[in-house]
Amino acid sequence: MSIINNINKVFDHRIRLGIMSILMVNEYADFNMLKELLEVTDGNLASHAKALETAEYIKVEKQFIGRKPNTRYSTTKLGELEFKKHIDALEKLINKH
Amino acid sequence: MESKDYLKDISEIKNLMNKSSRFISLSGLSGIMAGVYALIGAAIAYYLVMNFSYGTLILDGQIFRWVLVDLILVATLSIITGIILTTKKAKKHGSKIWDATSKRLVFNFLIPLVVGGLYILIILNQQKYGQAGALMLIFYGLALINASKYSIGDIRYLGFAEIILGLTAALLPGYGFWLWVLGFGILHIIYGTWMHFKYDVN
Repeated sequence: MSIINNINKVFDHRIRLGIMSILMVNEYADFNMLKELLEVTDGNLASHAKALETAEYIKVEKQFIGRKPNTRYSTTKLGELEFKKHIDALEKLINKH
Repeated sequence: MESKDYLKDISEIKNLMNKSSRFISLSGLSGIMAGVYALIGAAIAYYLVMNFSYGTLILDGQIFRWVLVDLILVATLSIITGIILTTKKAKKHGSKIWDATSKRLVFNFLIPLVVGGLYILIILNQQKYGQAGALMLIFYGLALINASKYSIGDIRYLGFAEIILGLTAALLPGYGFWLWVLGFGILHIIYGTWMHFKYDVN
């Protein structure tokens, strides 16, 4: 199997990679925290988060804090595994050059 | 994609992981100031005990109460200075002072510190005050090591040093005061200076 096989198409975008990096080291992050750290617009973040959710790499929980709706994101076991594979593949690719 | 782009990806991943999970705006200068306050506080305590208490400290005496006030003053001043200088630094970096990372840092720092503080109060109440200085150093060291996971990693080395001094103080109760001065005064100044030049300048 070539190294390229482990480069994951789902992660092949700066914002998705960013969402995963933050969620890997935090138990969870809410929408605003991701937005501030990644410096993206609402729509942009929502659509990339949706893509990761569809792939079942992240979990989304909607809840209320007081009266304000709050969306919380966390990684799934599958997401963590795939992200690690992706990073390893990137590393190998860089080292080859 | 070129490997250069991948390299950029990796460095951004690292940056985001750090920024989102660690509070990195701690000011080195506030460490130096905490050390200076501790040295001044220790000098005052030394003066009080030597001149008014015949070199020994009686637990329910007047001088003991003044030494406690002195201690609380040093701690309060250090905390206030730390908050002010760290807020300044965070503003310069455009990051928030009271966010998820700093809350986590403070919470994890306080766990060993509060446990240790209560424990010391309990044994002081039982008249066992010989080990108080050593225990302060040990629990403070544990608090630093616990906090280091949520901030600049170098803090753990200061923590280890404080624990070693604390254990030494436990072995040599007669030198407790001087090891305390070394741990809370000199070590803070050395550590703060080191952090200041490593992270704050440039």
